[in-house]
Amino acid sequence: MLLTITTTHKPATDMGYLLHKSPDNLHSKTLNFGTAYTFYPEATEDKCTAALLLDIDPVGLVRKNKGAAFPLEQYVNDRPYVASSFMSVAINRVFGTLLSGKSKHRQELVDTDLPLEIVIYSLPCRADEEFLKELFEPLGYEVEVEPSVLDEKFPNWGNSPYFTLRLKKSCPLRELLVHLYVLIPVLDNKKHYFIGDDEVEKLLQYGEGWLKDHPQKEAIAHRYFKNMRSLSRAALDRLKEDEVVNDEEELDEQAAADAKEEALEETIAQEKKVGLHRQRHDAVIKALKDNNVSTLLDLGCGEGKLLRLLKKERSFAKIAGCDVFIRSLEVANDRLKPDKQRRGEPEIELFQSALTYRDKRFGEYDALTLVEVIEHIDEPRLGALERAIFDAAKPRVVIVTTPNGEYNELFETLPAGQFRHNDHRFEWSRAEFKAWADRIAKSYGYEVQISPIGDEDKKLGGPSQMAVFVQPEAEDKNDG
Amino acid sequence: MTRTLKIPELSLVVLVGASGSGKSSFARKHFKDTEVISSDYCRGLVSDDENDQTCSGDAFDVLHYIAGKRLERGKLTVIDATSVQPQDRAQLVKLAREHYVLPVAIVLDMPWQVCHDRNKDRPDRQFGDHVVRRQTGNLRRGFRTLRKSEGFTNVYILKGPEEVDKVKIERQTLWNNKKHEHGPFDIIGDVHGCFDELKSLLKKLGYSVSKAKGRYSVKHPDGRKIIFVGDLVDRGPKTPEVIRLAKHAIEDDQAFCVVGNHDDKLKRALMGRKVKVAHGLRESLDQLEIEGDAFKEEAKDFLGGLISHYVFDDGALAVAHAGIKEKYIGRGSPRIKDFCMYGETTGEIDEFGLPVRYPWAEDYRGNALIVYGHTPVPEPEWVNNTINIDTACVFGHKLTALRYPEKELVSVKAKKTYAEAARPIETKTDRSAYDILDLEDVTGKRIVNTHLRKSIAIQEQNSAAALEVMSRFAVDPRWLVYLPPTMAPTETSDKEGYLEHPEQAIEYFKSQGIEKVICEEKHMGSRAIVVVCKTPKAAEKRFHVTDSLAGVCYTRTGRPFFNDPKMEKRFIARVRKAIKEADLWNKLDTDWMVLDCELMPWSAKAQSLLEQQYAPVAAAADSSISNASALLAQAAKRVPDIEALSDDFKSRLDLVKQYREAYQHYCWPVKSLKDYALAPFHILAHEKNQNMDKDHKWHMDLIDKLCQADPELFQKTQYKAVHLFNEDECKKACDWWEKMTAKGGEGMVMKPFGFTVNGDKGLVQPGIKCRGSEYLRIIYGPEYTRGDNLQRLRRRGLGKKRSLALREYALGYEALTHFVENKPLHKVHECVFGVLALESEPVDPRL
Repeated sequence: MLLTITTTHKPATDMGYLLHKSPDNLHSKTLNFGTAYTFYPEATEDKCTAALLLDIDPVGLVRKNKGAAFPLEQYVNDRPYVASSFMSVAINRVFGTLLSGKSKHRQELVDTDLPLEIVIYSLPCRADEEFLKELFEPLGYEVEVEPSVLDEKFPNWGNSPYFTLRLKKSCPLRELLVHLYVLIPVLDNKKHYFIGDDEVEKLLQYGEGWLKDHPQKEAIAHRYFKNMRSLSRAALDRLKEDEVVNDEEELDEQAAADAKEEALEETIAQEKKVGLHRQRHDAVIKALKDNNVSTLLDLGCGEGKLLRLLKKERSFAKIAGCDVFIRSLEVANDRLKPDKQRRGEPEIELFQSALTYRDKRFGEYDALTLVEVIEHIDEPRLGALERAIFDAAKPRVVIVTTPNGEYNELFETLPAGQFRHNDHRFEWSRAEFKAWADRIAKSYGYEVQISPIGDEDKKLGGPSQMAVFVQPEAEDKNDG
Repeated sequence: MTRTLKIPELSLVVLVGASGSGKSSFARKHFKDTEVISSDYCRGLVSDDENDQTCSGDAFDVLHYIAGKRLERGKLTVIDATSVQPQDRAQLVKLAREHYVLPVAIVLDMPWQVCHDRNKDRPDRQFGDHVVRRQTGNLRRGFRTLRKSEGFTNVYILKGPEEVDKVKIERQTLWNNKKHEHGPFDIIGDVHGCFDELKSLLKKLGYSVSKAKGRYSVKHPDGRKIIFVGDLVDRGPKTPEVIRLAKHAIEDDQAFCVVGNHDDKLKRALMGRKVKVAHGLRESLDQLEIEGDAFKEEAKDFLGGLISHYVFDDGALAVAHAGIKEKYIGRGSPRIKDFCMYGETTGEIDEFGLPVRYPWAEDYRGNALIVYGHTPVPEPEWVNNTINIDTACVFGHKLTALRYPEKELVSVKAKKTYAEAARPIETKTDRSAYDILDLEDVTGKRIVNTHLRKSIAIQEQNSAAALEVMSRFAVDPRWLVYLPPTMAPTETSDKEGYLEHPEQAIEYFKSQGIEKVICEEKHMGSRAIVVVCKTPKAAEKRFHVTDSLAGVCYTRTGRPFFNDPKMEKRFIARVRKAIKEADLWNKLDTDWMVLDCELMPWSAKAQSLLEQQYAPVAAAADSSISNASALLAQAAKRVPDIEALSDDFKSRLDLVKQYREAYQHYCWPVKSLKDYALAPFHILAHEKNQNMDKDHKWHMDLIDKLCQADPELFQKTQYKAVHLFNEDECKKACDWWEKMTAKGGEGMVMKPFGFTVNGDKGLVQPGIKCRGSEYLRIIYGPEYTRGDNLQRLRRRGLGKKRSLALREYALGYEALTHFVENKPLHKVHECVFGVLALESEPVDPRL
């Protein structure tokens, strides 16, 4: 909510002309989220400092979104006190003339290099503070970053996610403002506020010329587009009606999905080296084919990775997926497009279900697959899963894969005793998995074969393991 | 003279007659409009034209579908279609059989001229007389088979308009319908000729049993009646005496008996049928031989008169020897009789060479309590609202009765082992089969009826959201017997500087006709439900859990409170110890209880919220406002206009400080159990008791004993009982609140003294929270008291929150009631799940 710009250009007070704000007055501009003040703590021939102070109305911010649902954390929020995209908007609204390259009284100064120093207070940056440097240094800034503690009474809570950022550079003032205008919202990847569709376009427009050559352009674009993605259709529609986009629910959901994705990436990072993901899917697909499966349901299908591979196989009549996370199913739906079945492609179905409940639909398939799923269920609840799958649904084939906990030793970055994924409730050794699989097979009348997945270590086995349960062909089941 | 046509109360009535024979008028006269489905109407439904014969195929599909749905629900149904062709009737007979109801045919046999004349008067039925003539011909040609072999239970043929006019319909109660018998009952398991044990059991139950002139007289002073689950005979030493006693008691209207497979087989043997004499039949035949032929005849008739099952008490209780599927209850067919006597087998053979029984009770989802026997078990066990009470008396174990509606078990030990069981009598230890939940128990749009509130609707998207949390993060559903409801705050206060104040809560309860409330200090921690058992064994027995824990502690959304299972184990152990020291296990005669608590500190569970939300706001506000304030002060020296703004920002620094202090107050580090404080405020339930109808003093007094037993872990909740019409007491309560909140307390909760109370306008809010002004700073933000913020915040709508609070409360109350009454897990879970689903409805979280 606060930034200062200082110049030692002589006469320093010329900055007032560039900003179109006289150093001798308090300037205020009403914006729809509060008031933007411009004032000059210092204004001499030698040194002039302009301050842009946003007084955001916290009550109004929430009030504007009547009818929308907010989780508690949205209520007390940092928006009024930080340099967020609101600041970006204010820069545009308050210093618009300069941004468009005009100055009534000092046109010659617009493109002149000036010695400038800028300080941004409470700049939220949830990424590494190094990222701040990586963003600004390539643009020629001298960067100073000052972290702050979260709560002095509780030092073990660590630092706050806010920094005081000090930038120094000799350049046209306009250029500096353009950089801030684009990069402030990029830093704050948590929540994002745009004003109107045209602002979205402007953001891209202002990035032109320098963004292309920026070494961090991918990160900038990624964060930028991530936020774009989070502006759902509904939010964009609302954009037109109401200037402030504040679809917090949407954004929050996105944040949760992102967190999940990041967590997943963590696992993948561990396993990537061995190309495990692909090997696992290949093994499952081969097992399905070997057993002449024609219809199958992938339990815990997530965003539908396995299903997408199966769709290409064209050897299945019907493939289905279920997951408990509606959000994942939506993504799977977007990717698989079940309603656009082409000739030769299997019929696709997606639905929500949970594996600790008995679900009639589980019984409609030839095979059920559980690819890296069981370890996400509390061990005492596996009894219910067992019942739902092997007792109630009783498909001909069940394929289960799960990590081999013994192999973790070989993941260098994984601390000993820790699981590969923070949602894993257990990671079985080969013996534990075998004991479980053998018991299941015996209790429910299946034959089971266990095999390692991925490159085997002599001592510790494969990184993952797979059990293929098949019902022995009953003599009286000649209904074909 | 009036002719009476008797039809079973649950039947499919097929009206047969040519077009114009008067079927629709007949149906209107004798049946409810909704009971009659006419083919014309169905034609209209599918084609907009009741006379369009080309759509008959579709129309009859609809007709069959509606009729099927009605029969499924146990509703008498009348089919108004010509049905003059045998193949049309065959379809309807098939439909009746599929639903185990009796098909009845009523034929309106009119001279074709009569039909033709009637049709002439109707502009929509201008077809030639050949149509009616053909129909009448078809009808009459089919009479013989209709009477003999089409499968109708009754066929009534009414000839001409005179006979039709003089008809009266009488609906007959089904044999198995004893819904008007409301008990109380004592339901007795398989007796198998164990007469002595039967007599002792009856005495123990309070019956007087006497015998005079060869006739038994059995009576209970309280008018209780006996229900035998069948298998009175075989294996045991005194089958004839058992038959006598049961027969006489039934004749005297003191008892009921359903047929068991042994009863049926003995009957067949007595009828001279060829049966294999085994499984104790020999003993019965030998004993009866001594009694003589007359008694043998009597016994044969008695056994032959027993029916498959009974339905009692408005359908709340069903008794069948081997159990019964929900769809069979109250119906009759050879297949149902077979099921009731033998159950079903899976087709597999077990290691003892006996057929494996199909576990029908695992799938049972009905509302009627089903009591049965047939399969000897060492102890009766509740499975989905069913109970098997055959405790193997004849095999030397015991004879058991279930008291209804008390649901208490009473048994007497067998005097000796009269026969050896073919397979060992053991309980199925794996409860997981019984406690499995169906997705259908919880998903989709649901309507849940509760004692406190009828028809609570749960929307599909809310159950979908709840499914995510429930299946991925919640504790085992077997532990999850309750979830707390949300709580509404007071109406908004107009008092200067306040958003909430107890005055409005007082007003609310007064307006509901409440005279006395309790004000309880509100602790600022996290809500915690503690389910705790005396021993892990008790937990296994009562909660059917398999994790060998003696208790759990979970949050308001059902997640485990402690991330570290070891810590939780120690915590539960401490709670158990305190309960033991306070002697509450004995006092309450229970070995489990559910405590509703607040667990401090707040930071223990809300650490991430603090670190990511509350503390950062303070950090950001502090840095921004202090820097802005300094810069403004500097500028104000040059530009006097800035002074006002400068002062404003300076004053805002104090608010930020107050905000920080407000949350810091509820935080301290937790390293060990010592750092936790548990403040229980309700003992929600214990064995046989759901305590949400007991007044708050009862709760507080018992909880006080816990606090005394372990003052280190347990924290007392300060409270005051207040008579609302005593102004002085009300004022004192407000003062007390002021004092508590000034010291940084969260506030207080005002509750009707009687806990669950229905007031003048229905169910009263079980609690209204009045939060302190400083506490509200962490809810509404550091600067909520500044400028006109407070005034703007006063515009808040409480309606939705209050309605949610009541709905969730009713569901929680219901869940515990079900649990206490030993209702099946899915019943409990449906309600608990409902609370979670409602919690996902969007509502202002600051309330």
